[in-house]
Amino acid sequence: MAETIIMTGNTAAAIAAKLCQVQVVAAYPITPQTSIIETLSQFIESGALKAEYVRVESEHSAMTVCISASTVGARVFTSTSSHGLLYMHEQLHWAAGSRLPVVMCCVNRGVGAPWSIFNDQQDSIAQRDTGWIQLYCRDNQEIIDTVIQAYRIAEEVYAPVMVCYDGFVLSHTMMPVCVPDTETVNSFLPPYKPHTFLSAEKPRNINPVIFPGMRHNSEGVLCDGYMEMRYKLQEALEKARDVIVSVGMQYAKLTGRDYSELLWRYKTEDAEILLTGMGSIATEATVAVDQLRQEGIKAGVVGIRAYRPFPRKAIQEALKNAKALIVLEKDISYGFEGALCSDIKAALYGTGLNAPLHNYIAGLGGRDVKAREIYEAVKTSLEDMKSKKAQNKTIWINCRR
Amino acid sequence: MEKRDKNISAMSTPAIGEAGKTGDWRDMKPVIDHSKCIPSVKKRAACYLCWLYCPEGVIKTGIPVEIDMDYCKGCGVCAEECPAKAITMINEGDDNG
Repeated sequence: MAETIIMTGNTAAAIAAKLCQVQVVAAYPITPQTSIIETLSQFIESGALKAEYVRVESEHSAMTVCISASTVGARVFTSTSSHGLLYMHEQLHWAAGSRLPVVMCCVNRGVGAPWSIFNDQQDSIAQRDTGWIQLYCRDNQEIIDTVIQAYRIAEEVYAPVMVCYDGFVLSHTMMPVCVPDTETVNSFLPPYKPHTFLSAEKPRNINPVIFPGMRHNSEGVLCDGYMEMRYKLQEALEKARDVIVSVGMQYAKLTGRDYSELLWRYKTEDAEILLTGMGSIATEATVAVDQLRQEGIKAGVVGIRAYRPFPRKAIQEALKNAKALIVLEKDISYGFEGALCSDIKAALYGTGLNAPLHNYIAGLGGRDVKAREIYEAVKTSLEDMKSKKAQNKTIWINCRR
Repeated sequence: MEKRDKNISAMSTPAIGEAGKTGDWRDMKPVIDHSKCIPSVKKRAACYLCWLYCPEGVIKTGIPVEIDMDYCKGCGVCAEECPAKAITMINEGDDNG
């Protein structure tokens, strides 16, 4: 029987990994992620989870252990944040290029300098182009559900999945979470089947040097060159869109919780002013939308669940009736604008939608973003957008200039 | 139809020719003049400095000495080291072969 328990986001992530019966956990402590791996090490120590916990000296090694264990057929889990994720950067590429279904929680935290232990999404956004699937959660229920779905997705498309959620805002905040029972998760998640095995009978090199061109191997078989390998990874992530949706629908059938889309919507049916964002800031925006609606402003929220693969068609469809767009995000691509904002604009290119768009950079390094502040920002933007000169702007919310 | 590798990540086996026939990288090729090559002249195992210096290990220490042109990359080290000046480097294709 599913049970509803009040817990933090990090406990939810640890319980999810346990329910998925991960076989190897390799991680290095870093705030605000640490309590996930502390909880998992307790599960392993008590025998509640039969897994190998590998203590490592760095995040680079943590991901390397995950890559190695996944290569020989184990289901693996790790989690990190901020500088830990950045330290893994090289190995993120190796995991994706080796097509290994590693699942990792990234508990989003700002990146130094200067030091900050508090939340923003600069860490995971900076890893956007490593070939990992990135899913963002808006509350603790989504954390447990997304980690469980992440294994199904990863093991079907053979690509690693990063489950991202906001540090402290979710990781250390308690909420009621419905925990699925073991039988339900077992019926949803079949055992991991690696795409290749290492065996002594048929020795092989994994990831040798690949030349620019294709090659015939010693048996005369035509083998991929580097570009063909990269194309296959791109195809896998493109295919992942449909897989995320179908996995979400199956999960919804078992749990009654809707994960049938790459994004989620709040009061969008008649909405003309659409707010978008990823993670808890989009949840906060739903409260602002309620306030706006009290004044007769037809606002709604389109929350982004999957950032990579980017839900291009779903966004085109969800935003098609927008008269104004507000993109809220906790990251910045320095010298341009928010990364999500650029991607949304790119997805809308050629669709004919030419609504004014304001990009709000918010909550960097844990700066509080209140629903009231989002509400006020939208009101200011709507007034501002009447001017032809203010159709496309990047605005730092709640930041003294 | 040509057989295509189905693996989704890069792999190789420890076997000769696994990286393809790397001899096709060659721009110049070594040609041995057996009237000068010491093992051929003396009709016994001798010298083999070409075999010793070859960075690709494609020279066989027989009588006569043979170079595996499937994998010789044409670096010219053998021609440089041959004490009898028996090896000359010619442009690939210049010998009609």
